[in-house]
Amino acid sequence: MILSSVVFLPLLFALIVAVWPKTSSIRHLAFGFSIIEFLLSLRLVQLFDSNTAGLQMVEKHLWIERFGISYFLGIDGISLWLVLLTTFLTPIIILASWTSISERIKGFHVSLFVLQTAMLGTFLAFDAIFFYVFWELSLVPMYFMIGIWGGARRIYATVKFFIYTFAGSVLMLIAIIYMMYLTQEATGAMSANLLDFYKLKIPFVGGAFFSLQTLLFFAFALAFAIKVPVFPLHTWLPDAHVEAPTPGSVILAGVMLKMGTYGFMRWVIPLFPEASEYWAWLFMLIGAVGIIYGALVAMVQPDVKKLVAYSSVSHMGYILLGLFAFNSYGMSGGLYQMLNHGISTGALFIMIGMIYERTHSREIAKYGGLAGVLPLFTIFFFIVTLSSIALPLTNGFIGEFLILLGTYQAQPVFAYFAVTGVIFGAVYMLWMFKRMFFGAKGELVADEHHPLFDLNFREVAVMIPLVLMIFWMGIFPNHFLDYSKASIDNLVNNRTNYNLTIVEPGAAEIMHAQGEK
Amino acid sequence: MNTDFINQIGLNHYLILAALLFTMGMAGVLLRRNVIVLLMSIELMLNSVNLTFVAFSKYLGLLDGHIIVFFVMTIAAAEAAVGLALAVTIFKRFREVNIRFFEHLKG
Amino acid sequence: MNHSLLMALVILSPLIGFLINGFRYKRHSANVAGVIATIAIAISFVSSAILVTDLIAMPEESRRIAVKFFEWLVIDRLKIDAGFVVDQISAVMILIITGVGTLIHMYSIGYMHHDKGAAKYFAYLNLFIFNMLLLVLGDSLLVMFVGWEGVGLCSYLLIGFWFTDSEKAAAGMKAFITNRVGDAAFLLGMFLLFVTYGTLNFSELNALAPTVAESSWLGAVTLGTLFLFIGATGKSAQIPLYVWLPDAMAGPTPVSALIHAATMVTAGVYMIVRLNPLFIMAPNTMMVIAIIGAATVVFAATIGMTQWDIKKILAYSTVSQLGYMFLACGVGAFGAAMFHLMTHAFFKALMFLGSGSVIHAMHEEQDVRKMGGLKKYLPITHITFFLGWLAIIGMPPFAGFFSKDEILAYTFNSPMGSPILWAAGVLGATLTAFYMTRLMALTFWGKSRVSKDVHPHESPALMTIPLITLGVLSVIGGWIGVPHVLGEYLGHIPNVWEHWLHPLIKGIPGWQTLDHATEFALMGTSVGLALISAGIAYHFYVKAPDAPKKIAEKIKPIYNLVYNKYFVDEVYFGAIINPLVNLSRNIWYYIDVNFIDKMTYLAGDLARGMGSVIRSSQTGNVQQYAMYIGIGVVVALSFVIMR
Repeated sequence: MILSSVVFLPLLFALIVAVWPKTSSIRHLAFGFSIIEFLLSLRLVQLFDSNTAGLQMVEKHLWIERFGISYFLGIDGISLWLVLLTTFLTPIIILASWTSISERIKGFHVSLFVLQTAMLGTFLAFDAIFFYVFWELSLVPMYFMIGIWGGARRIYATVKFFIYTFAGSVLMLIAIIYMMYLTQEATGAMSANLLDFYKLKIPFVGGAFFSLQTLLFFAFALAFAIKVPVFPLHTWLPDAHVEAPTPGSVILAGVMLKMGTYGFMRWVIPLFPEASEYWAWLFMLIGAVGIIYGALVAMVQPDVKKLVAYSSVSHMGYILLGLFAFNSYGMSGGLYQMLNHGISTGALFIMIGMIYERTHSREIAKYGGLAGVLPLFTIFFFIVTLSSIALPLTNGFIGEFLILLGTYQAQPVFAYFAVTGVIFGAVYMLWMFKRMFFGAKGELVADEHHPLFDLNFREVAVMIPLVLMIFWMGIFPNHFLDYSKASIDNLVNNRTNYNLTIVEPGAAEIMHAQGEK
Repeated sequence: MNTDFINQIGLNHYLILAALLFTMGMAGVLLRRNVIVLLMSIELMLNSVNLTFVAFSKYLGLLDGHIIVFFVMTIAAAEAAVGLALAVTIFKRFREVNIRFFEHLKG
Repeated sequence: MNHSLLMALVILSPLIGFLINGFRYKRHSANVAGVIATIAIAISFVSSAILVTDLIAMPEESRRIAVKFFEWLVIDRLKIDAGFVVDQISAVMILIITGVGTLIHMYSIGYMHHDKGAAKYFAYLNLFIFNMLLLVLGDSLLVMFVGWEGVGLCSYLLIGFWFTDSEKAAAGMKAFITNRVGDAAFLLGMFLLFVTYGTLNFSELNALAPTVAESSWLGAVTLGTLFLFIGATGKSAQIPLYVWLPDAMAGPTPVSALIHAATMVTAGVYMIVRLNPLFIMAPNTMMVIAIIGAATVVFAATIGMTQWDIKKILAYSTVSQLGYMFLACGVGAFGAAMFHLMTHAFFKALMFLGSGSVIHAMHEEQDVRKMGGLKKYLPITHITFFLGWLAIIGMPPFAGFFSKDEILAYTFNSPMGSPILWAAGVLGATLTAFYMTRLMALTFWGKSRVSKDVHPHESPALMTIPLITLGVLSVIGGWIGVPHVLGEYLGHIPNVWEHWLHPLIKGIPGWQTLDHATEFALMGTSVGLALISAGIAYHFYVKAPDAPKKIAEKIKPIYNLVYNKYFVDEVYFGAIINPLVNLSRNIWYYIDVNFIDKMTYLAGDLARGMGSVIRSSQTGNVQQYAMYIGIGVVVALSFVIMR
């Protein structure tokens, strides 16, 4: 039951918030709820057995018998940390938006909780249709979040965001339905169970684009690639980020982009191993191009939020590169980078939100000399910047190093190109940092009518957990990687013959109980 | 009084009458502009159908047609109530009952 | 004492100092912050000293203290521990880092007395020492890389310490990014070595090094070491990545002494010496290193001859001296490279601190044209600077003489060296003698050109004690590495240095001992040329101050070229940086906004266009809809009936 509670508790919270009579206490209520949810998800880590690659804490009930669709939740080493990332970021987001979201507070928190359910469901569902429901559900609250609490061009951005992602996922739906028919052909009974999908042997013809596995592969890959977003499909991202309110940006960058890369790990690579292998060069290429392209374009952005948005394109390129290296370094690095990016880019967006609240501008040229005025803010921003440019002992380094190492082992030529991202990453971040924080005071900073105040207690409380995670993940990466090791090894070694076994429910708990005795 | 002609009225007569009524009702729905008249025309169409049901029911000696007529009449009453209420509300709001005026769903 | 504990003390006490001062970031008092920081480094120094004495006490063949704290990163074949090693090479380094570090911390208390950001300054300084210790103590390339990037970060922070000046902040950024270019290559080198050997651990890598030299340019060892060397050119300011170091003088002067002279910039040399069994098996790499080193020696020295900023002169001198170390590495004289690294740390730190003392006395004036005759105002600074001067121009028996001559002798005699490289080295030494004498003359000797508003005064004891200590070390520092040829004549002085490093240094293949006559001749040549050159400089800048100007007039084009640092910065800006920024702008505008985005609009427009065809049927007229329904029914019915 624990997975169901983790997934659907936020939905219950959303209901409670929706009927809560007092607007003034909604924030406190929502914050409390999100903490409860986080603690509950910590329990998952405790129950999780890191020695097995199998699916744990499984809950499976038949939902629509005729089509073999079931209510199927499970967790393995790939999902675990993404779930934790989601539940970890939510209370931070609520705290960070304490003052910046001032209207329709109720609606905002309801959206947030619904979104949380959708994201958690996406990471935990192991039935294709069930997964698809969560996948699409996540669009709706995000649509409102940008459309209602966003900036001036929010409607444009939100429609663009919606249509882009929706266009991809429709293709995925077709592919899912097709695969359900394939299960019927193979076993006689239709099934949307992902584990049954894994057992399918879909014929692959190298070179022929219009062959079954290749087409299915691209249908899935396109849906996930738009979500990630990879290089030529990324243009919705800057608009969505710039127009989204701070919490929207944080969720979008922090978790929703990971739904795409998670999709690659969970669906594309194990379902279509031959096609993935055959087309790996393409995805590594767009990954590498994305790294450089995103970095270069980020370098010349006049708007700091757009800069971070393009830096996301660059960082997500690393993840793609790592995943398609097909070795444990690249895969682990990719997974790690998902968490890193969630934390450091999330933190960057939060901090940009903080400064935006003070000055109502995101134009880099109007800043300058912030370091002398807001020392505490500068320290936090600098630490997060370091994490973003992957300095050792911060989380970013572990991810980038493993990805590049894995890439080098698989396809050195891509590593040679991707490694320039290490340089460009430093260039755009530090240049931005210099222009905003160093030098003479800019017009907004020097404005005597609006003196800037350094971070208050709440804002420090928002940043502390993020900064702690940055260092924890950078100094003790094994604390995190150990949990996903078995799953990733299984994915890497048995790629062509991938299978997930269901670990009997309760087995882990019994072992724990014995251990405690 | 020669009532013979009554016996000569067969199924066909009823059906023709019903068809005429239906056509009139349909013409009303399509051509008239007053919302109230529109509703009346719809009633007319419904009743023509009722007539057909009853005629067939009598002709075939089955009760099914009668039963359906009751259903139709109930629904017609409900429909009239809702329709009139709508018409009144629309009139109150727009001071207008001309159906051509309401083109807000224009694509 | 327990070695783990000692090692933890060595590494962590600077970190704790950093944290304490870091949390006091708003405090202004240099005294409190400085004392905290200095104590932290002093603890580290004492612990290092104990560790090294333990190391000396060990039997010669097994001198190695390895401590593993925890497993840092374990994936598949990659097993990186948070493991640290004190052996003969790193022992020298930690003593230099913590020893010179303590002195410079002490000096900083006096130097930063008036600065409001003192707590921040000392925090950064401690963080630097922490990272530097990670760098030298790490037992694998990856742990070294942690420190490697960490020191780059601290360098960035300290160069841009006075961040309100946009130029200083830019100098910090330049340093970081130039270093990043090297770091990217360093990463590639690590990847290549890891993919080839399956490990990044130094001792394992050295054990796995091939026994036959690799002749191909694209072999794993050659390519891997070349990448690592590019990394080293970034950190150690060699051609082509030296450009950041002169700009780095924007930072406080003690920082220049600590980071940009004594410790961080030598990291590249240290790395090569650490991996010497690997490097020596890649003769092509060695050749590249030697050539780059020799070129840097001469190149930087010529620029140093024309500069007017006291710190810039020292900066180019540092680049040039680092070139010697690389030259030594390139010809296989790793021991000599380490030796020069140590002596250079003493005399260059001394000279930077001395220049700091001068700048302090002159109220932040750095232009040597506005100095002169400071000898009588700053006696202690002058004496110590004088000792440093003698050391750097290679006068026997000062420290620089022994190390530099060892390098030159190796360069001449090693099968990997050549007389041409030796000639470059000697030319460098000659030029060094010239510009260093010029610096001495312009600053301390001759007539005073100090403006009347400035009243120079000797620095406080906190600043002079480090000067004196380093001055003494600059004199005696070389005596532990007296070459055999001299040692024999002077009563069998042993070459302690060579003996100490011997177990970890791979011999040069095909090495033959030089005969005494040649060695003396080589020594004589370099010392003699240096003396002549120093004499000319003395004549020019003390006796006939007008002469240099006239000569500069005569060779104006060359002079301008050198004075403007060969326009390297301008070339980098014109050929790389500006085009890249323009390219990015164009990519953003033409590709991102106007192509990719427009393409997606096309898809939207297509759907909208199709819709607009059908939408004309939606008139909004209910009766019309009813008509459609009616027609539809009729059509459908007639279809059914007709069939």
